[in-house]
Amino acid sequence: MLSPDLVGIIEAARPHGWVLEPEALRLLGMAGVRVPRFTWARSLPDALAAAAEIGYPVAAKVVSPQILHKSDVKGVQPGIADSRYLTDAYERFSRLPGFEGVIVAEMLSGHELIVGAKLDFQFGPVVLLGIGGTAVEIYKDTATRMAPLKASDVQSMLTCLRGSRLLTGYRGAPAVNRSKLIETVLGFSELVMALGDRIDSIDLNPVFCSSEHCVVADARIVLAPATRI
Amino acid sequence: MNFTPLFKPKTIAVAGVSLSNERHPANVIYNKIHLRYPVKVYPVNPKGGAFKRDRVYRSMDEIPGPVDLAVIAVRADHVPETLSQCIRRKVGGAVIVSGGFAEIGRTDLQEEITAMAREADFPFIGPNCLGIYAPGHFDTFFLPGERLVRPNPGHVGFVSQSGGVLVDQMVKFTEQGLGLSLAVSIGNKALIRELDLLRHLAADPETRVIAFYVEGFGRNEGRAFVELAAAIPKPVIVLKAGKTTAGSRAVSSHTASLAGDYQVFSDVLAQHGIVEARNEFELTCFCESLSHYPRAIEGRVGIITVSGGHGALASDICADLGLHVPRLSETVKGELRAGLSANVRDIASLENPVDLTGSAVDDDFVAALTVLSEAAEVDAVLLLLLPYSPGISSDLGARLSYVHQQSGKPLVAYVPHVEKYRILIEGFELNNVPVASSIDGAAFMMEAMRRCRPC
Repeated sequence: MLSPDLVGIIEAARPHGWVLEPEALRLLGMAGVRVPRFTWARSLPDALAAAAEIGYPVAAKVVSPQILHKSDVKGVQPGIADSRYLTDAYERFSRLPGFEGVIVAEMLSGHELIVGAKLDFQFGPVVLLGIGGTAVEIYKDTATRMAPLKASDVQSMLTCLRGSRLLTGYRGAPAVNRSKLIETVLGFSELVMALGDRIDSIDLNPVFCSSEHCVVADARIVLAPATRI
Repeated sequence: MNFTPLFKPKTIAVAGVSLSNERHPANVIYNKIHLRYPVKVYPVNPKGGAFKRDRVYRSMDEIPGPVDLAVIAVRADHVPETLSQCIRRKVGGAVIVSGGFAEIGRTDLQEEITAMAREADFPFIGPNCLGIYAPGHFDTFFLPGERLVRPNPGHVGFVSQSGGVLVDQMVKFTEQGLGLSLAVSIGNKALIRELDLLRHLAADPETRVIAFYVEGFGRNEGRAFVELAAAIPKPVIVLKAGKTTAGSRAVSSHTASLAGDYQVFSDVLAQHGIVEARNEFELTCFCESLSHYPRAIEGRVGIITVSGGHGALASDICADLGLHVPRLSETVKGELRAGLSANVRDIASLENPVDLTGSAVDDDFVAALTVLSEAAEVDAVLLLLLPYSPGISSDLGARLSYVHQQSGKPLVAYVPHVEKYRILIEGFELNNVPVASSIDGAAFMMEAMRRCRPC
């Protein structure tokens, strides 16, 4: 069952048709999925204060109900090393359409995965796992399973990826923490079942998975058209 | 709903038999049941009269005694009236052959008959379908018997949204010597749908393998289908059409774009251990193989051949399909060598594929199969049997089948399907060993046994 707070986030987002990233991250955090330390800063001083608290380097991302794909408008800036760099990014973002502040978040490292969900017409909620990042639709290296998933489903999805070996410690690179990854996907699967037909689709991309952690760095929750509810 | 009167009727009424048009679908259906099947059949037409010296009944009510099944082949706008007669008369069920419903936009008419049937708990197949083929018992296809290729009674239950695909698949099944327990063309599937027939065939003792040709499921219907298929022990095989339709739709997330309708279909089937056939050839091979060997294997294949080329081709195809052709251990190679005749022992290649060479005689095949059947390192054996090899006798099919029966390890043979090799082929088939007509077919039969192949 969804908590009232969680339903509140979804309902508040209805006018846009999708949940703004800071709210989507808050929703995931409430559902027990790990997200980065972040602040939704509505002014430059707020942004600078947040960065000081989190500690440089940080990532900054534009928040705008008019921008569903931030990378396409250069609305994402990772690796911000100091306050001057952050000020530049803030000013650049503030000129983007529908600007409602920035997310200042801790920098993360690890393999970039995508974890997604959609409400399929024939099968209902399904969950996707694949090699993530901005080139996700170039590589198209994903596996899909009907939700709710079992741990063995996540194992088999990982086996099915062409890039599977990248995640198991290819050429000296550290392997991803499999149990953390499975825990993340299973937690997400439960959330997706609870959201039911409120959603159209969800992208968690990238999800940074390293040997230590699995953290959802970005989330896009597209709501179902109101007519379906 | 009770499906027994639908699939095992003792009496059938055919509504729509024409007194003037010999080629009317209802006449074709009436004729074939009347002349060739062990079922009592009654022609129905509101005009009454006589048809080929038999009385034509004006309505269902006039027919004496119980009617199990009505085959309805009247014009679409007369279907509701005929259906209500059937319900009133307590007919057991119907096949509605008539077209002119949802497929031409008359969803209202389709909803009308579906609501009537649902309220009366009255089962019907269709509309807009060929209906039922129950081998040796009856069929409702409006295709003249002499035009059909009719598979023998067997163990495959086949359900098809398309009548055309069903009839064509019956040709393919017959070529493969594969028998049917029941075949149903469900057409517009207004009432009885894939899920109902999956449930029915799961409980049917004659059916060992359940196969579907599916164009698409309704909202969330796929979920119920895969959950049921995963819960029943019989293998379920699905051939899906419409793999390339989505694509053009605008989507707002990567997931919606990447998890296209067909991708989801394919992945979710595999997740639930349902075998997806990519084409009708695979469908035939999978049905043949799984009707003999329903238990899943890992896919470690031992290959026996008399031709190095055939062995190499088979290895390549197996590798492509994700099957493993493992190297054999020294122990197994030693056992193989010990079992072979003196002049084959020194020239045979005992790697996998095991190449017995053109000098091999029946006893060498028996010895090699006996060893591989007992070797834990392979879980199925693919036999490439080339009957032009001079040492092979016509008894070999049966002899090798006995070896298989001893061990129970799945065995698939490739023998070219020409008439002069028939005795070899039957030696296998009559002893429950599937025989493929090509190397690819044999490899597909192996692949089917993996059952759960998520990638």
